[in-house]
Amino acid sequence: MTVKLTALSAVGSLVWGTLLAAMRVSPVPLMRGFGTFYVNVVRNIPLTVIILFSSLGLADIFGATMGSDDFAVQGFRLAVLGLAGYTAAFVCEAIRSGINTVPMGQAEAARAIGLSFTQTLTLVVLPQAFRSVIGPLANVLIALTKNTTVAAAIGVAEAAYLMKTMIENEAQTLLIGAVFAFGFVVLTLPTGLILGWLGKRLAVKR
Amino acid sequence: MTEVSVTKEDAVTSGDLVVLKSVNKHFGALHVLQDIDLTIARGEVVVVIGPSGSGKSTLCRTINRLETIDEGAITIDGKPLPQEGKALARLRADVGMVFQSFNLFAHKTVLENVMLGQIKVRKVDKAKAEEKARALLDRVGVGTQADKYPAQLSGGQQQRVAIARALAMDPKVMLFDEPTSALDPEMINEVLEVMQQLARDGMTMIVVTHEMGFARSAANRVVFMADGRIVEEAAPDQFFSNPRSDRAKDFLSKILHH
Repeated sequence: MTVKLTALSAVGSLVWGTLLAAMRVSPVPLMRGFGTFYVNVVRNIPLTVIILFSSLGLADIFGATMGSDDFAVQGFRLAVLGLAGYTAAFVCEAIRSGINTVPMGQAEAARAIGLSFTQTLTLVVLPQAFRSVIGPLANVLIALTKNTTVAAAIGVAEAAYLMKTMIENEAQTLLIGAVFAFGFVVLTLPTGLILGWLGKRLAVKR
Repeated sequence: MTEVSVTKEDAVTSGDLVVLKSVNKHFGALHVLQDIDLTIARGEVVVVIGPSGSGKSTLCRTINRLETIDEGAITIDGKPLPQEGKALARLRADVGMVFQSFNLFAHKTVLENVMLGQIKVRKVDKAKAEEKARALLDRVGVGTQADKYPAQLSGGQQQRVAIARALAMDPKVMLFDEPTSALDPEMINEVLEVMQQLARDGMTMIVVTHEMGFARSAANRVVFMADGRIVEEAAPDQFFSNPRSDRAKDFLSKILHH
């Protein structure tokens, strides 16, 4: 469950975070304003609050069923939504700092051959920006993997939820804790290593 | 491009391509362009020279609106320069630009650099774009480097690729913003030769440069700028042997001594 939660939230946050970053550098003041507002609000709210809000607020008050009547499925989808929305704020800021490492001349050259703003961003600037922020993005993804434990708060049966249940039933608190901690290291260590390797391989030479 | 072999005399007479009318621009308190009037005819090669900070590069960049202007009007091929948006992108595709710092797309190969604009802006299909890109790269003498990345090339080679990238769009006019200023002396000539060839083929060119040799041999007209103004406009022979303004005399005496 943890792996599935992480993977779906990661994809969601990368997509939404990239869109937010595009908004924050766009020439349209309204989009810039929205991007800045979103990032500053969302990254300053504790994740637990966001997850609880997506469960209690979205589901119970606004009746967002996420296309399922099953409580467990609904909880899982809401958790993905909350995690992706939260992590996207950090992804956005990582990508935006990457955009700043791409020299102005690259965008000017792209505009000079007649590419539109969107084309300049997607064909020239973002591909280079991504390559320079793979390190920081690995940080964000590792944090996301660990943050999935918060989803236990709304009853999603991920690792922390299982751990709690096991500790309640067994006496081996230390052992169970150690096993779950090790489990997370097994998940996150390769993430860091693979992305580190990728970062080196794809680095843009100037 | 080479197929269209108009001789320069024919081309010059067929009308004005770029017209700047009383253009003014400020950078804060600095009045960087002051009442610039300049007309460039089709097929003409105009070289803009002048001391650093005189506004030559800014002038060049206003023509495809990489710099906006405060007052005045710029028309290209009879059409006024549009506001930011689709129309401007279309216009920029018709105006080739070569930068001092090359600005090749660092994450794409040389070949991809020359193909990108054709595919994404001109909507040419891939095979045709590649064929044209290879032909242009051969023409500027870097055909064998097509699959390398820009960082693996010398400065002179990168700048020639940049020229090919601009030519791939079939521009009506080419802007050169100090194309040889970032190059080692031995690489300057390989770039200038490509530009000479372009000039002979009848391309309309606006060249900001410090290369007086190029100005003498390739230009139809020399524009001398100082302190944001066009101080003098003349044919190269006349300008270099017999400058009228004191400012131009002073400038030439400083650079031609060595």
